[in-house]
Amino acid sequence: MDVIRFMVAHSDDIFGALIQHMKITGIAVAFAILIGVPIGVWISKKKSIAGFVLGIANIMQTIPSLALFGLIIPIMGIGFKPSVFVLLLYALMPIIKNTYIGITTVDAAVIEAGRGMGMTRMQILKIIEVPLALPMIMGGIRISTVINIGTATIAALIGAGGLGDFIFRGISMADNQMILSGAIPTALLALFMDTLLNFVELKITPQGLKGDE
Amino acid sequence: MIELKNVVKTYDQKTIVVDRLNLKIEKGQIVVLIGESGCGKTTSMKMINRLIPMSDGEIFFDGKSIMDYSPVELRRKIGYVIQQVGLLPHMTIGENIELVPKMMNWDKNKRRLRTLELLDLVDLDKSYYHRYPHELSGGQQQRIGVARALAVNPDVILMDEPFSALDPMTREQLQRELLKLQDELGKTIVFVTHDMDEALKIGDKIAVMKDGKILQFDTPERILKHPADEYVENFVGKDRLWKLPEMMYSKDIMNRKVEVIGARRRGLQAFEIMKARGIRRAIVVEKEGKLQQVPLGWIHISQLRGQAAEEKTLRDLVKVEIQTVHETETLPNVLALMKETEANRLVVVDDEEKIVGIVTQSSVLDVLADLVSEYEEEGDED
Repeated sequence: MDVIRFMVAHSDDIFGALIQHMKITGIAVAFAILIGVPIGVWISKKKSIAGFVLGIANIMQTIPSLALFGLIIPIMGIGFKPSVFVLLLYALMPIIKNTYIGITTVDAAVIEAGRGMGMTRMQILKIIEVPLALPMIMGGIRISTVINIGTATIAALIGAGGLGDFIFRGISMADNQMILSGAIPTALLALFMDTLLNFVELKITPQGLKGDE
Repeated sequence: MIELKNVVKTYDQKTIVVDRLNLKIEKGQIVVLIGESGCGKTTSMKMINRLIPMSDGEIFFDGKSIMDYSPVELRRKIGYVIQQVGLLPHMTIGENIELVPKMMNWDKNKRRLRTLELLDLVDLDKSYYHRYPHELSGGQQQRIGVARALAVNPDVILMDEPFSALDPMTREQLQRELLKLQDELGKTIVFVTHDMDEALKIGDKIAVMKDGKILQFDTPERILKHPADEYVENFVGKDRLWKLPEMMYSKDIMNRKVEVIGARRRGLQAFEIMKARGIRRAIVVEKEGKLQQVPLGWIHISQLRGQAAEEKTLRDLVKVEIQTVHETETLPNVLALMKETEANRLVVVDDEEKIVGIVTQSSVLDVLADLVSEYEEEGDED
């Protein structure tokens, strides 16, 4: 109960940190979508490089985030930009992978029908592949966002701000209430975004793909 | 309408899939490409709308080389129907049918009217316009597939095993409807199948293919009656029995086991022989023991009894006139003859009037029974 009292007392600070937290993850994910979706589409058309790109993205995922934040400092310094950059790298993988899977698993017969009726490559992408891959792509975005909300707490180490500030300050002061007032909103934010994006995913799933309801 | 000249398809310069193929498809005809899998039939068809690029040769569409059209332009002029249908699952039936009209910038009203007209043509209710593909049965989906191919009224339609995935009853229904449609619309249709039954039913002409070559390109009638070689004969013959009855000959339904007896035998002798063989009826022939002879007539064991009969030769005793039928007479004619002459049995003869077998009411029944059971087995497999 002390935690709640603590959080109420510091609600302005926590709210500010929450907004900052959402800003870093939001921008990182937004850029990851802008970069990741086209890459995913591109490699789905070029099977020869798909393995290579997915491999790199996979390796990126295995580097401990703490180390990556440390490694970025000599290159980009500290603060908002390097934090967003590192988070972007983490967000890319699920988006690229899901876009790739979404597009490559579109029923070959549907694509053949499209070609047979005289659709251009662009039309096949626009009319068939992307709409059918959309739920899958959205799933990738959701995973990216949820992972990113957690990882973003570490970004506080290199001066990104956000809810991680409370956690690190709490650790150095051995103040559990402070740690929790960073951790709890982070977890709630992750849960909330997961639910919200899940809902969006369902919403954008084309009517015809939902089965008999 | 479509002409393939020395068309070749190779993969990796080694594997020859289609080998210098020549084929002329007349306007308004249904031409069936048939063969076992891997014979190049689908590849040949897909080269026509450039879904598969040809390695060598020329294909003419409407007098113009297909290379003079852009692939997109060409494909919009040619309807395309595939086995898996390939409806866009995220679009309604209406939207699916309107895809090509929309790409060709038809206005909304015209598109809608055309779609409703097409739904009617393929015998589906207007209410399907707003339904989604997954709500339809396989047969209904393929009807939409056909409607979609007809949307902008192309002169030519390519169909790649369109009915193969359907259950036998639906398949037959759609085959009938395709023929009905064809009567109304007079399209040029290239139809790929591996089912000889289907080919015979719908093809104006059939091209039997093997190893990338056409072995025979002919009418169904001629393919059945005059197969170009043994392969075609076997390919056709495998399930010919349950084809159209006109395609079934008396030699297919006859019983080859025939009892004959020499004409010089005396009645008493013949009586003993027939009793020993356990038969009541035999065909009297000139020489004993050989089947391939001209039949003289029927003899029944009851004719051999009595003093008078015992001493006479069979040649004198034969009374019952024999009904013969040529071995290539068709089943309907055989049945008609049996009915007309009230004969219970017909002797099947070859060109030289020599016996090759007999057709009896029970042998006809046997064939019909086989036919029915074969058909049922066929149905079970699907």
